Amino acid sequence: MSEEPFEPKIVGFLCNWCSYRAADLAGTSRIKYAPNIRTLRVMCSGRVDPTFVLKALAQGADGVMIAGCHPGECHYLEQNYKTMRRFGMLKHTLRALGIEEERVRLQWASAAEGVQLAAAINEMVEQIRRLGPLHWSGNWSEDGERLEAIEKLAEEHAQAMEVPA
Amino acid sequence: MTAKPKLALYWAASCGGCEIAVLAIDEKILDVANAFDIVLWPVAIDAKVRDVERMPDKSIDVCLFNGSIRNSEQEYMAQLLRRKSEILVAFGSCAQEGCIPGLANMYSRDEIFQYVYRDSPSVDNPQGVLPVPEYQAPEGTLHLPVFYDTVKTLDQTVDVDYYVPGCPPEAENIWTIVQAVVAGLGGAPLPPPGTVLGKETTVCDECARTRTEKKIKAFKRTWEIMPDAETCLLEQGLVCCGIATRAGCGALCPKVNSPCIGCHGPNVDVDDFGARMITALASVIDANTPQEIDRIIQEGIPDPIGTFYRFSLPHSLLRRRSLTGDGNGHRVAATKAAETA
Repeated sequence: MSEEPFEPKIVGFLCNWCSYRAADLAGTSRIKYAPNIRTLRVMCSGRVDPTFVLKALAQGADGVMIAGCHPGECHYLEQNYKTMRRFGMLKHTLRALGIEEERVRLQWASAAEGVQLAAAINEMVEQIRRLGPLHWSGNWSEDGERLEAIEKLAEEHAQAMEVPA
Repeated sequence: MTAKPKLALYWAASCGGCEIAVLAIDEKILDVANAFDIVLWPVAIDAKVRDVERMPDKSIDVCLFNGSIRNSEQEYMAQLLRRKSEILVAFGSCAQEGCIPGLANMYSRDEIFQYVYRDSPSVDNPQGVLPVPEYQAPEGTLHLPVFYDTVKTLDQTVDVDYYVPGCPPEAENIWTIVQAVVAGLGGAPLPPPGTVLGKETTVCDECARTRTEKKIKAFKRTWEIMPDAETCLLEQGLVCCGIATRAGCGALCPKVNSPCIGCHGPNVDVDDFGARMITALASVIDANTPQEIDRIIQEGIPDPIGTFYRFSLPHSLLRRRSLTGDGNGHRVAATKAAETA
């Protein structure tokens, strides 16, 4: 492994109507937040299919933040309640797979809450920094023992054959 | 006499149900034997791996491969049959998505060995012997396949041309596919590679139950209620996987008052069976506070992996439970640590 210090990669799904504007507000207000988050604008936090979260984690993200309007303030009436329920069930599943609590976070942030969103991002980055890299694909990366065994098997079979391979 | 096309059938980590399914086409199996020259089928004929190894590459026209890949011998066979076959079909849920053997991805090799060879109540192993890939016996060196930490699907191991869904596939579907293959060998167009040979809709479409608006206050397990025969099982609180599962079975389980468990695999365009289940199920929970939602989930779904990924854990986006280490054979991590120390 390289000696570079670990910088968490976080994928953020921010809703168009509140949280993405909160991030904009943070920017125009010169509020700094950690650059570790890569924000993606979605129309609603209810659009965030759990597949997106799983895909991000599987492909190298160390954490995922879903941010949307506060409950009761959804632009699409009540879709963020669905987000809340899906998030609960997704976390229940991720827990069973051994993924730490802090890695997937649901954050409510209204368009006026640039400060709060920036603070939440900073907090999440620090939490994940302490946890270290997720490196999920390492869970099934191949090792030499396996390749060696297959080569040996092929060799053994070739030797045992009357007609060489 | 013109040579018949060659057919191979093989099994890796599977229960043998797919083999039974092939025989469930009944007397038509004789037509299969008429149409094909069966070159390998360990469950039924006495052909040897050596015979296959001697065949020229691509000389098997079709290979139906069932079972997932959990050790080096199975991986070797997958590579061999890929090399020797023109068309390689992932036959059944194990080969397609990992299925029940894939639930072992909730554990590591060490945990599995510890339980199976030492802790299980029915085991008598006073010396605590565990399988090792190589053993020096007085008579010579003995080999066992290397057991992997992570069960893989066939297409995570080699390229696959087609998939046949189901645990196990239905006889009618198998027969349709056999006919299509025979036609294809005769020059008829075959579906594009990567196609799942099945219907492109969900089990709900084949289910006759009445569906209205879903709102669920509590998930029930099958032994807790006696569901009525008319209403959607999901609306009655049972976790029915029909919403994410590929049609083709004729909604057999819902027909007899039992919820779908997803044995026919993900419907078309479902990347991750569990994620689709979470999306659909969670939306209909009738609660609006995190505490209440959590309570309903905790009480109703004690085993989320067994519920959402019963047939598809290796094929899912996350593939397995976290290994505390550096991957398949976490010994790698230990070696690394030793090197740096």
